Amino acid sequence: MAGAVSNLGRRSANITDAVSEPFLVRWGLIAVALIFLALFLVIPLIAVFKEAFSKGVEVYFASIREPDAWAAVKLTLLAAAIAVPLNVIFGISAAWAITKFRFRGKQVLITLIDLPFAVSPVVAGLIYVLLFGTKGWLGPWLGEHDIKIIFAVPGIVLATIFVTFPFVARELIPLMEEQGTSYEEAALTLGASGWQTFWKVTLPSIKWGLLYGIILCNARAMGEFGAVSVVSGHIRGQTNTLPLHIEILYNEYQFAAAFAAASLLAGLALVTLAVKSFLEWQHVRDREKAARAAAQQE
Amino acid sequence: MLLKSVKKSLLVLTLGLTASAASWAQEVKLLNVSYDPTRELYAEFNKAFVAHWQKTANQKVTVSQSHGGSGKQARSVIDGLAADVVTLALAYDIDALYDEAKLIPENWQSRLPNNSSPYTSTIVFVVRKGNPKNIKDWDDLVKPGIQVITPNPKTSGGARWNYLAAWAYAKKAYGSDEKAREFVAKLYKNVPVLDSGARGSTTTFAQRQLGDVFLSWENEAFLIEKEFGVGKFEVIVPSLSILAEPPVTVVDKNVEKNGTRKVAEAYLNFLYSKEGQEIAGKNFYRPRDPEVAAKFSNIFPEVKLVTIDEEFGGWRKAQTEHFSDGGIFDQIYQPQ
Repeated sequence: MAGAVSNLGRRSANITDAVSEPFLVRWGLIAVALIFLALFLVIPLIAVFKEAFSKGVEVYFASIREPDAWAAVKLTLLAAAIAVPLNVIFGISAAWAITKFRFRGKQVLITLIDLPFAVSPVVAGLIYVLLFGTKGWLGPWLGEHDIKIIFAVPGIVLATIFVTFPFVARELIPLMEEQGTSYEEAALTLGASGWQTFWKVTLPSIKWGLLYGIILCNARAMGEFGAVSVVSGHIRGQTNTLPLHIEILYNEYQFAAAFAAASLLAGLALVTLAVKSFLEWQHVRDREKAARAAAQQE
Repeated sequence: MLLKSVKKSLLVLTLGLTASAASWAQEVKLLNVSYDPTRELYAEFNKAFVAHWQKTANQKVTVSQSHGGSGKQARSVIDGLAADVVTLALAYDIDALYDEAKLIPENWQSRLPNNSSPYTSTIVFVVRKGNPKNIKDWDDLVKPGIQVITPNPKTSGGARWNYLAAWAYAKKAYGSDEKAREFVAKLYKNVPVLDSGARGSTTTFAQRQLGDVFLSWENEAFLIEKEFGVGKFEVIVPSLSILAEPPVTVVDKNVEKNGTRKVAEAYLNFLYSKEGQEIAGKNFYRPRDPEVAAKFSNIFPEVKLVTIDEEFGGWRKAQTEHFSDGGIFDQIYQPQ
């Protein structure tokens, strides 16, 4: 642990170097970054909220409380509530399998996990139409048994799962790879069972990465447009998620209502970011605490 | 004692179940899959029909709507979107329900009066306030330097009507199909961007302020005035246009499965009733009923209208000739 402390020392030396850059360079860089952020992030965000309230607070709340909007919010939350836990389970198992074991076809599995990042969401949606549509592979069978997948809630959930598939696994794999298997091996030689090893050794060490993955996964699940649009059928009050609802309102010239719904989504994103920074802050604090404790022990 | 309470709770349970089953049977659901510009029309019409059905059949009905580009919506129904009725932009898209999936009989269009089109519309021009480019008729659209906004005829029903209206005009004015082809090719050279649907084009023209003239459904043109403020735009009626008949039909396979044939048929018939026709007129669709149409005659100007059947030999023929892959549109249009 002495290494960690001296590391810290070295880093602070670097920081002093950076600070000693000429005044103009320093502030020039900061200004460029700030102007860029303002232009591309802050101003559009403000515009969303301004437009949302452009017809007054009453219109804002009326358009959020409107039954179709409410149904869209509920469907969005439902899709996320199913997709995120499933992808957490999948992500942990996949990351575990890839980093703690050696097996044939590992690279293929890693590539497959990345697939949803690589294909366009529209293609993702069409895959399900080809599979479950009336004229698709499973369509006739589903029709006979009166099971509806696409143009209904299951299709939307499936499409959401597909596009959010890699987030947790992608977050965990590098982390677990870095950590290696030595702690788990130690636990096993000390007589812990597989589950015990997972709960008491692996999970605590990956919890920050996991939380971060869950947050990203959730943000995408709520915001997904393309794939969901293809399988939705756009039935108002039934198969419209919040992003689809926004598009509909915009196309109906209800700009204030559209931006009110958009501000809900933007709000969700802001909350997500706030939670993320809070977690990061906690994470850093935890680490420092651990480092201090270790230093004291020495 | 225990037995008694079990019996009692069972009784309550059965009563509850039958009660909920009864109320279930009382309520019926309809799904109307429609095209883009009918959003406002059906929002109003559905309310009227719910009241009408409650009164005449003493049954509660909820009508759900789905809107999008006409061709895309037909595709969704073919892929399994469980529409009880479809109300699309043109007959060809409904023909596809028969061709691709046999969801309806081949003679669907003769089942209701007026080619199954309870209301009609036509294609007009929308220009900016004061008509700065002095656009009066189709000939003005092919002049150099004029920007024409119209959606993509491959994906939008309205755009196909636009294209055919231009063709019909040029054929009448210049005498032959070759001349018409040249004319339409010139017109599409003046189109800076092809949106995929009518609503997208409306937004391009009215919201993003692109282009000098917008080829539009008549109802959409009036709606622009209503939504974006009277006086900002002007509607120009050309010397000749096309009679657009947006047809409707029950989707037989789906209503049989859902047990909704009766209410679905009543829904479409209600479109032909005086009340339905009034609602169509109020939403800027031309009513078929002569009496109701007379009421709205001050809104809808008289236009010389040609029909797709006499001018182009019906939708199937027009579709293969003009809009299929490698058809005339593909030959004359190069994206800029």
